[in-house]
Amino acid sequence: MAEPSYRPPRLHRRDNPIKAKTLQDLFKRYRRPGDLVFSLLFLAMCLFLAFNLADQTTWSKGTKLFAQPALWPYIAVTTMTFFATLHLVSGLMSPVMPGRWKEIGFWLRSFEFAGWFMAYVYIVPKLGYLPSTLLFSVSLTYRLGYRTPKQLMAAGLFAVTVVVLFKSLLKVKVPGGQLYELLPGALRSFMLTYF
Amino acid sequence: MDTLLAGVQLLMRWDVALALLVGSVGGVIIGAIPGVGAAVAIAILLPATFSLDPIVGLTVLLGIYGSSMYGGAIPAILINTPGTAVNALTTYDGYPMTRRGESRRALSIAYSASFWGGVFGILCLIFLSPLLALIAPHFGSREIFLAALLGMVLVILAHRGQVFAAGMLAAFGILLHTVGLEPVKYTRRLTFEQSWLTGGFDLIVVVLGLFALSQAFLLLVDKDSQPAVARVEGSLLSSMKELWLYKRIATVAGSFGVLMGMIPGVGEFTAQFLSYTYARKTSKTPEQFGNGSVEGLISSEAANNAVPAAAMIPLLALGIPGEALTAMMLSVFYVHNVIPGPQLFQNQLDFVYALYIAMLLLNVIVIVFLLFSTNLMTRVIRIPSRFLGMIILTLGFVGVYSLRNSVVDCAIASAFGIFGLILKRLNLPIVPIVLGMVLGGIMETKLRTSMTRVKTPLDFVDRPIAAILALMILFVIALHIRTLRKEYKLKLSSAEQDTKRSDTHQG
Repeated sequence: MAEPSYRPPRLHRRDNPIKAKTLQDLFKRYRRPGDLVFSLLFLAMCLFLAFNLADQTTWSKGTKLFAQPALWPYIAVTTMTFFATLHLVSGLMSPVMPGRWKEIGFWLRSFEFAGWFMAYVYIVPKLGYLPSTLLFSVSLTYRLGYRTPKQLMAAGLFAVTVVVLFKSLLKVKVPGGQLYELLPGALRSFMLTYF
Repeated sequence: MDTLLAGVQLLMRWDVALALLVGSVGGVIIGAIPGVGAAVAIAILLPATFSLDPIVGLTVLLGIYGSSMYGGAIPAILINTPGTAVNALTTYDGYPMTRRGESRRALSIAYSASFWGGVFGILCLIFLSPLLALIAPHFGSREIFLAALLGMVLVILAHRGQVFAAGMLAAFGILLHTVGLEPVKYTRRLTFEQSWLTGGFDLIVVVLGLFALSQAFLLLVDKDSQPAVARVEGSLLSSMKELWLYKRIATVAGSFGVLMGMIPGVGEFTAQFLSYTYARKTSKTPEQFGNGSVEGLISSEAANNAVPAAAMIPLLALGIPGEALTAMMLSVFYVHNVIPGPQLFQNQLDFVYALYIAMLLLNVIVIVFLLFSTNLMTRVIRIPSRFLGMIILTLGFVGVYSLRNSVVDCAIASAFGIFGLILKRLNLPIVPIVLGMVLGGIMETKLRTSMTRVKTPLDFVDRPIAAILALMILFVIALHIRTLRKEYKLKLSSAEQDTKRSDTHQG
């Protein structure tokens, strides 16, 4: 465990040189808030995989060890578990930094934007690439607090540029929207091909 | 000579010229924006390049790779914020020069040192290529397996101070590669009866999540910032000739860049650390380092720019990527059924030369572009950070969704985006995951094929190159243990720790 003689933890590693004096000290490392939570969760995942390895892989009869389909999952999970244990131990031996729950709050806040992204994915086949991108970029820009007409116009312009660049010019594979089916003949096929 | 001319001929096309221009100018702009680096841009553009010819697609990606560091030096020098991770060391001496009122001189020197390093790296490789063409065919399955294993060991040990984390994340990368239906015996591995896991994890989906989406989430969740950058007055050309006074430092730094770039798993940070240490040791004014030393600035910028050309060596000659960006480029080769490896150097040397000439040209385009547009770049840097997050997220969608229009891919990429955000916040490295995925696949295949002819363990290393590689692996591990013993007695130097810290912020 951390020795009482440590300096108070600071944010920058430059201010907090780690001196190796005992064998324990070799495990000490720079550690940010939330490190322990991550280390524990990662190790838990490793152990879950380790307990399920036998069920989730196959050792084929009459096959040499190096050609066994189960070999590399075993190598990967064993190595992961080994290093994850050491990572956790080294974390426990390193100076703690305050702000664990604030940091976890930061991680959780990213779920909102993952939700925005998945909503965008969901609406593209329905509304079409151009309308969805316009809707996504302008509304997300508004959500982020950029609300002047100039900022919203910039977001709209950016959306149109992206669609023209990737779909119209580079012809990346993004399907046409169901909404386009409602358009009259020539416009419909034009929108399906280019936007 | 004929092969070189054939290489030039491959480039004489309007689409290649356009790719060169877009790649180099785009790379500078992307590099100049703090928060977006070559990795994000390459991850996003990767699927779009699949529809292009290999030479066109690779020219764009190489352009971004090679020129982003030029652009990254601008915010590093002007506002003490590196544009890309590998410009972190540039802030040490570049920013103090700006504070002394020498921003124009610092930028000129950084550009000229980058150009020197970049061109030096490419020239070295053009002259080395015939030699590589001779050596590469001697790499059989076991040599490639050992080279990939060496790359894995190096990528773990190169993250000094984070070896345990790098080890567990590299193994996690190998694990990701193994998930799904295995192609030889057709057994399921770690699919947990979930049909969406049968196909396994696609490298590009994981890379897009870890690099692009994670960066978008990070910018979107974090506080808004809009850096204020002052204009740079005067001509940049006048101070460029100053580099000639420091040609020894620039050349040594370039050599370190070439050497470290060639070794899988090492790369820019080690090259910069070695050249910076060399420059400080041999300087008449070592006390200036960290306080605006021209030599320090040159050693940082020349070393990192020499790496991209060298990093193409293990990729092209052996099919082994040494870091995340070349790992992404490997997928461009695979999509076009061009398998990098010894045969490429034997049969398509003109293609290899064409890539090098393209890199040479892009360095010229970039330096000319920067001479006239540095002030334009200072305006690009001012994009508010959360708006930038929205831009990356919108572009990230094209990257993931255009692969196979799969909602599952997008969900997986989002999950890896959140995972990448956590890693970035904890300052844990992302690159080992990507290399684990790629090198894990190579190791599995090569070990299986090489073991068919091996009777005893010693047979595995009975060929000279295999023996050398095996010895190198043992040497690297022994060296690490020796360093640990030394650290046991001495405290880590602060400069060393700081280069390590920036390691994981590849954007």
